[in-house]
Amino acid sequence: MNQPFRLAAGGRVDRSRPLTVTFNGRKLSGYRGDTIASMLLASGSHLAGRSFKYHRPRGILSHGSDEPSALLSVDWRADRGPGYRDPNNRATVVEAREGLVAKTQNHWPSLETDVGAVNDLLSPIFVAGFYYKTFMWPRKFWDKVYEPVIRRAAGLGEAPEVPDSDRYANRHAHCDVLVVGAGPAGLSAALAASADGSKRVILADEGFELGGSLLNDATSTIEGKPAMAWVEETLAALDARENVVVLPRTTVFGYYNHNHVAMVERVADHRDAAPESLARERLWQVRAGEVILAAGSHERPLVFENNDRPGIMLADSVRAFINRYAVLPGKEIVVATSGASAYRAALDAKAAGMGVTLVDIRLEQDCGAELADARAAGITVKTGHTVIKSLGTKRVTGLVVAPLGNGGQIGDKTTLACDCVGMSGGWTPSVHLFSQSRGKLAFDAELDAFLPGQSAQAERSAGACHGVYDLAAVIADGAKAGGGSVTVEATPSYTGFQPVRVLPTDADPSRVKAFIDFQNDVTAKDIKLAVREGFQSIEHVKRYTTTGMATDQGKTSNMNALGLVAGTLGRELPAVGTTTFRPPYTPVTFGALVGPARDDLFDPVRKTAIDPWAEKNGAVFEPVGLWRRARYFPKDGEDMRAAVARETKAVRTSVGIFDASTLGKIEIVGPDAAEFMNRIYTNAWTKLKPGRCRYGLMLREDGFVYDDGVVARLAEDRFHVTTTTGGAPRVLAHMEDYLQTEWPDLDVFLTSITEQWAVIALQGPNARKLLEPFVTDVDFSDDVFPHMSVTSGFVCGVPCRLFRVSFTGEQGFEINVPADYAESVWKTLYEAGQKYDIVPYGTETMHVLRCEVGFIIVGQETDGTATPDDLGLSGLVSKVKPDFVGKRSLTRPDMVASGRKQLVGLLTKNSDEVLDEGAQIVDDPAQPIPMKMLGHVTSSYASSNCGRSIAMAMLADGRSRIGETVWVTTPQGFTEATISNAVFYDVKGETADA
Amino acid sequence: MLLIRCPYCGERPEVEFHCGGEAHIARPETPTETSDADWAGFLYYRTNPRGVHAERWVHNHGCGRWFNALRDTVSDRFVTTYEMGTPRPEAGSDVTRA
Ligand SMILES: [Zn+2]
Repeated sequence: MNQPFRLAAGGRVDRSRPLTVTFNGRKLSGYRGDTIASMLLASGSHLAGRSFKYHRPRGILSHGSDEPSALLSVDWRADRGPGYRDPNNRATVVEAREGLVAKTQNHWPSLETDVGAVNDLLSPIFVAGFYYKTFMWPRKFWDKVYEPVIRRAAGLGEAPEVPDSDRYANRHAHCDVLVVGAGPAGLSAALAASADGSKRVILADEGFELGGSLLNDATSTIEGKPAMAWVEETLAALDARENVVVLPRTTVFGYYNHNHVAMVERVADHRDAAPESLARERLWQVRAGEVILAAGSHERPLVFENNDRPGIMLADSVRAFINRYAVLPGKEIVVATSGASAYRAALDAKAAGMGVTLVDIRLEQDCGAELADARAAGITVKTGHTVIKSLGTKRVTGLVVAPLGNGGQIGDKTTLACDCVGMSGGWTPSVHLFSQSRGKLAFDAELDAFLPGQSAQAERSAGACHGVYDLAAVIADGAKAGGGSVTVEATPSYTGFQPVRVLPTDADPSRVKAFIDFQNDVTAKDIKLAVREGFQSIEHVKRYTTTGMATDQGKTSNMNALGLVAGTLGRELPAVGTTTFRPPYTPVTFGALVGPARDDLFDPVRKTAIDPWAEKNGAVFEPVGLWRRARYFPKDGEDMRAAVARETKAVRTSVGIFDASTLGKIEIVGPDAAEFMNRIYTNAWTKLKPGRCRYGLMLREDGFVYDDGVVARLAEDRFHVTTTTGGAPRVLAHMEDYLQTEWPDLDVFLTSITEQWAVIALQGPNARKLLEPFVTDVDFSDDVFPHMSVTSGFVCGVPCRLFRVSFTGEQGFEINVPADYAESVWKTLYEAGQKYDIVPYGTETMHVLRCEVGFIIVGQETDGTATPDDLGLSGLVSKVKPDFVGKRSLTRPDMVASGRKQLVGLLTKNSDEVLDEGAQIVDDPAQPIPMKMLGHVTSSYASSNCGRSIAMAMLADGRSRIGETVWVTTPQGFTEATISNAVFYDVKGETADA
Repeated sequence: MLLIRCPYCGERPEVEFHCGGEAHIARPETPTETSDADWAGFLYYRTNPRGVHAERWVHNHGCGRWFNALRDTVSDRFVTTYEMGTPRPEAGSDVTRA
């Protein structure tokens, strides 16, 4: 296998475990411990993608999760079929595994030849704010031109075409101390925090190997031993402690209130043989007593012309590829820096056999010990130099540099031939999680960085994210954050740097592309333009230029952007402020966030005990609240109208059977039950005898109808209350609220019994004849068991609460049986009902039947602004009770004013025409727009029993207008209708009201 | 996600609770004798302060009981929680959690 840039020895890859991955259709070779980025570099290539806006060729900028450029679409399990691919994986953190299939993004037809690269030449139109400027007019261009362009250009990568086939898990955990990051600071913190064995400690790190920056460090020593030996000893010590959980491959991405921290653990992607039952990722939600942030820092790129060419990377990343992955990023490197830390990269590159030149922006006298060390190693160092630009397109071929004179003038330019550049503009502490915790950032001028200031939660920062860069100090800082104290001898780190925003150049700045934000293709020129156009707040500049708004959240670019805005405005950097960091720290899959709550588990459907029978018998279902209910039962070829016509007829001529189990049911028990009922309902309950039912109406305190339903008094101290299907939980909550907070003196208990009692409704003239033979212990005679009464007994041998009630106007019974017996009772009655041609009916038929006899449905006729009088129900409002919920509001001026909408019926002139529910009502269809709207249609059906269409409406002063004509909107225009009473069918048998 | 201390169950995550608006709004003893203006005040007018706010909460996915809380509307910090029927504590005293 061809890995021409792999070093013969060294690194942390496992050479005993070779592997190949597919990259844009060709094979890359590497080892366990590689990333796709290191394998690509080992093959000798840097080209890893095209940029977002200009389609410029891009390479690998970094070696970690801050990577803005090398974004891949990865198919993690191509062998298992579709559904395992996701876009925007950073090549630098994709752990290599045999069989991965990766593709670069944002190019057509190929990475090498990209038609979109013409955008690079058209770049004058892609300046800051181009979306805002370009796409405003002409308006007709929107649909045909702009939108397709934006849709193609917007977003990175391609969304998967099929649902995610993987499983995702979630887990909740508690700990005393959560340590974020397992670099030198985090390891030291975890060791100190877990010394007390009673403290539960979780240590989480996004990497697949722990050690943080020390993984890239082949030269530093701690206590006289190689730094990685210290890492291994520390990890062994942590492993030996039972109170410590160490989680590699686990990214802490969100820091919320009260130390609630969200992390995602990559469980399966790296495994060669992962069983399909294994979750791909696990979402952790941790509640931590304390959080220690040891998240490290991000290196800043230098800003110069064409600083984005493949082969140009961050200096410390050069070090990572050489030391950790044993891969040379090129043969000839120029290290360009404004600080000391990059000298390590130069020294390591030199030691690995690369040709090295160092270009330092700083003057000779501003450099530290690193300068002599580099020169002693034989490296040419040019101090006081600026970088003018890079040469090359798909790979850097040289760097043009020049000395800076005292007045900042540019001296004679030199071209340094190279195939790799390591750049460093200093370091930015990773304060993302601290900022998410709502802590206040404080600017440190010496470090040219925002550091954690005032904490908002029980949290501490340690190490580089705390502005501490020297290795021995980092380890001490970590121990301190962990509640301990430690002093170690370690190789002094090269620290110190000089902030630079955009490198000095003599080129016309308006013609130069010097990138600030690599992922969103934002250049220095864009940011200067935004400031010139009047944007001063960094939050505005960010939105206008889109800098820092890509999936990397500007980890590498934020400080350069801030510094440039401050410099252009002539202000101090803190005066410009900083943007707000928001979760997630790095992109998180939707799968991990959703976990198992998808498909059938996304929004579980409530089904009644009779639902299986309905399904078997061809019911068409509809969702009602969280329930699914049978809507109608079509016979062969029937549409809904035909089925409902047949079902409604059958109920009025013989008998129908209906599953009313979803009715909300609450049992109200206690010595003060009747008094409680008196206060909650508008009706009077004291005189209702046990064994009798009453239709109850309930208001909110503001006087508007809240719910309704039949209430049965089972005993002096026991009521069985029914509510609307959708209203059950809120009615119970409403009752509990009043009972607990207003009337704690009442001795009453409220219990939901909705699930316990299934309800089978038998309705129609033959209902009693059908039911009576199956019921024992019940006297059916009209004087003992009249309409609106309740009794207990047995049906088919099953204990029941039997209600003689009707929501259809016909003789009716509602048989409450324990849910477990409901299906068998239903089947028995249905079988026996065959001799009466019994018909099962659904909610649509129920709606039509109740409308025919003028019964309202709360939530259909009412919209939260209807009073009892509006609905013609003032007869249900007790005049004698001194108080009940909502009573006082009924006499407020607006509640008794004229002009309120009142419930009426509407009969269309054309009796076949069925109005639209929600249609508006006007007096004169010829009046000018906006018309005066007088009300709206609330219910509308074709009624076979009435032989015509019927509708209910809420109409201003409707009851005084009966017989008049109004106009109702239709999709075509208007239709004429006559106002009527809201009762359409004259029932000879039972009546609804008690 | 906030941690809220139910006076009956202890600290539980926010998702177990439901907020019921401003606390200590007494329902008039004799509503029929209350003026329209006073009744409107009881129904609709609330303080909405920036800072410590007394609120009604219910542990609806737990013990089901209502209680009162002092919450800082700026920081979302729960200063304290206390049983229904007890007077509003001095703001800032009896801190449940920093
Ligand atoms: Zn509780």
